[in-house]
Amino acid sequence: MSETASAEKRIVYCHCAYARVVPPEVKEEVLEGLANSGVAFDAVPDLCELAARQDPALQRLAAGDAPVDIVACYPRAVKWLFHAAEASLPDAGVTIHNMRTETGEATLAAVLEPASSIELEEAKA
Amino acid sequence: MSAAEATVRVVLDQQDGPILAPERRNAVLRSLLEGGYTVTVTGDERSVSPLDDAELLVLRELGAEADHDSESTEGGLPVRVRGVADLDDVGVLEMVQRHGHGRVAPEWKPWFPVIDYDRCTNCMQCLSFCLFGVYDVDHEKQIDVANPDKCKTNCPACSRVCPEVAILFPKYKNGPINGDIVQAEDVDREKMKTDISSLLGGNIYSLLRQRHEHAASRFSKERDETRALKERKRCLAKLQKDFDIPAEVLDQLPSAEAILEKARGASTKSEE
Ligand code: SF4
Ligand code: SF4
Repeated sequence: MSETASAEKRIVYCHCAYARVVPPEVKEEVLEGLANSGVAFDAVPDLCELAARQDPALQRLAAGDAPVDIVACYPRAVKWLFHAAEASLPDAGVTIHNMRTETGEATLAAVLEPASSIELEEAKA
Repeated sequence: MSAAEATVRVVLDQQDGPILAPERRNAVLRSLLEGGYTVTVTGDERSVSPLDDAELLVLRELGAEADHDSESTEGGLPVRVRGVADLDDVGVLEMVQRHGHGRVAPEWKPWFPVIDYDRCTNCMQCLSFCLFGVYDVDHEKQIDVANPDKCKTNCPACSRVCPEVAILFPKYKNGPINGDIVQAEDVDREKMKTDISSLLGGNIYSLLRQRHEHAASRFSKERDETRALKERKRCLAKLQKDFDIPAEVLDQLPSAEAILEKARGASTKSEE
């Protein structure tokens, strides 16, 4: 298993349990799309639950220099959930994708964008 | 909040090629997530989160015969390798469950307030209002969600008293409480204050501002019990309907005096 010493992008997917706030079909499409794409990613059962119990997994998910795509819900909720678990996300390099408002297709397209084009975008910014 | 111990980290190892047929692999992945496990899927592109103290349980496309299973260490951590070629999603989940727990409290829906500290002014109104001891102050005298598991499931009441719209419930259906962007009209303090103060049978916040004995005694004497009760009932019904506050929570609301006392305690805590 490779660590994040390189600046290669990471993906974190939240499977949002207990409530149907994320449409189940969006969740399924994104999870299957990620798994079928052959890219590496971290998947968590429920970021809210991990934050409530301050699970150390959040520390590792927030750690490292690599840019990270978090696929979950509203960015403000995700940011402060990590903060609540004393695992604050870095100020730069984090993109949060909202499965409550985006389609599965749009989410996958954004997350699976080829790494080279992401780097170019970032270099231009 | 208090920190949990590191749980097992399941790795679907695809370094040497895809693990299982896509449909079965996806069913395994889904069942592990639904069982409460964090899963790292390795692959050709992208990296994954770094190693930490979590024990690694690496699942590979191997038969389940014992000689395939191995135990080793990576960076001082135990690494267990298990073959899953002969197992379906239920079998994989059962095997993983023998190695470590996933969900700690499966019966608890993670429903609790999350504070947006970019907006919070540390006014302590949430601490005064919450009936269940969810809030406290931390060592820097800042408001803190100290006991998230004490929060009443599906009750967003404290987010309604926050004058800064700083309290989120990520699993709530509507914005801005669910974390959606806060619009100017959301910061409608007067409306919120009116609703909550009439619920309590008096303007608790102005009372708080005049925290001297005279005001406190006038508060208790001037109340007409019957009218206050009627008004309270009317407001409870309105709050329940408008703000999704569970009846169970409304039934347990303490008296205005009790809340005033709690608010005094909160204010003292933040000043100590
Ligand atoms: S962070 Fe958002 S998507 Fe994830 S479990 Fe919480 S509400 Fe659901
Ligand atoms: S009521 Fe809102 S602004 Fe006041 S302390 Fe609580 S979260 Fe912060």
